[in-house]
Amino acid sequence: MTETNLGDAATAEAPETIRVLVAKLGLDGHDRGAKVVARILRDAGMEVIYTGLYKTPKDVVHAAIQEDVDVIGVSLLSGSHVPLFRELCRCLREEGAEHVLVVAGGVIPEQDYAALLESGVDAIVPQEARSDLIVTTIEGLIAARGRI
Amino acid sequence: MTIVTHSRTAKRGTYTPSAALVKDVLAGRAIAIARMISRAEEGYPEAAEALAELYKHGGNAHIVGITGVPGAGKSTLVSALIKAYAAEGRKVGVIAVDPSSPYSGGAILGDRVRMSETAAAGGAFVRSMATRGHLGGLTRATLQAVDVLDAAGYSPIIIETVGVGQDEVEVVTAAHTVVVLSAPGLGDDIQAIKAGILEIADIHAVSKCDKPEASATVSALQGMLSLGGGSGSHWTSPVLPVSAVSGERIAELKDAIGAHWAHLHDTGELAARQRAICKTRILGTARHLFQQKFQQESATLETHIRAVTERRMDPSVAARALLGWEEIR
Repeated sequence: MTETNLGDAATAEAPETIRVLVAKLGLDGHDRGAKVVARILRDAGMEVIYTGLYKTPKDVVHAAIQEDVDVIGVSLLSGSHVPLFRELCRCLREEGAEHVLVVAGGVIPEQDYAALLESGVDAIVPQEARSDLIVTTIEGLIAARGRI
Repeated sequence: MTIVTHSRTAKRGTYTPSAALVKDVLAGRAIAIARMISRAEEGYPEAAEALAELYKHGGNAHIVGITGVPGAGKSTLVSALIKAYAAEGRKVGVIAVDPSSPYSGGAILGDRVRMSETAAAGGAFVRSMATRGHLGGLTRATLQAVDVLDAAGYSPIIIETVGVGQDEVEVVTAAHTVVVLSAPGLGDDIQAIKAGILEIADIHAVSKCDKPEASATVSALQGMLSLGGGSGSHWTSPVLPVSAVSGERIAELKDAIGAHWAHLHDTGELAARQRAICKTRILGTARHLFQQKFQQESATLETHIRAVTERRMDPSVAARALLGWEEIR
């Protein structure tokens, strides 16, 4: 686990237009934060597909595949992030879509970080993260992954 | 506190050549279909040959355009149609277009909010697309995405345009059947006799028919249609009040779409439509390629911009010079 800003790594290897699926998982009706992040990413030139509320991990993976997104960004405030992210990452592997990056945001206590990263989450964005850092982290992760 | 990333197991992707995706697209594999659509959107030169190959396998799908003002209920209606088609066991493809930001180039594509559960349930393929600066309610890549879904065996393929105003009628040259969705309470009956979008409908649908104002919209449209005129087709455009929320009369709309498709086949009008679609696509792509070429040769363009700004040349002479038609003057 490292704390890093991958922004400098953004290179020509990345796709021209970054596509992100912003999703809400499970029984969690608060999407103000998710919409703010969607707006930040839009203003950074990304195409953001919003899923709406109360989705299952399977719904989200299904949508991510059809939309061919580079990143799934999930906002979770309900406290059930550990099992939901585990299931999301499992579904991605099951569908052969491991190339899709998973970014976790919302209210996530630090003691759960290791478990999330272990299950396949690529980055965790705490509530107080600055908007430009969210953008550069996504750009950096995609640049490191390369074009698919 | 800063963002935490997993550097040890950072994901690595490998680029699958487009030629290798063709087989999987034809077999209907979602990942390959989605990837081909992305490459068409990005305009990768490497994908051109694969897209040409897929085009040869298409031509079977019924392409249905759904257009209307923003907020008319297009996404909700498409969602209801997906459900109706899925009940018949049909593989529905949907391309839902939303606008790109003119400032950042980014976009928020929200059509899926109203569609994802039906899409997951019915085996439909739903793809959101941003206009990426293209006017007219469709994007350059929209029809290439339709080709990919067509080759993968989807039919009908529904194109949901961005919310359009009165004059963005491009969808008529992209679809076999055009459904124009009107929302009740958006204007008086003079709106209904104006030229433009209302003329292009093969089928008129009026959304939110649970609202009392809907019947006034229906009679205004019927009044307009009773005066005749239009495209010269022998098809009479029906006016159907629908409610996507309650599901009321969605089956009727689906049947009308099917009846129009049958009409095109029976009367031979299909050939004329296909021809119009192909013509628009060739000319549209040529226009795009020209634009791209001039942007790449920005020095020449820059010289002409300066000349026109300083009024040494007029825009039309500059355009001709750019095309290499320098014979005039």
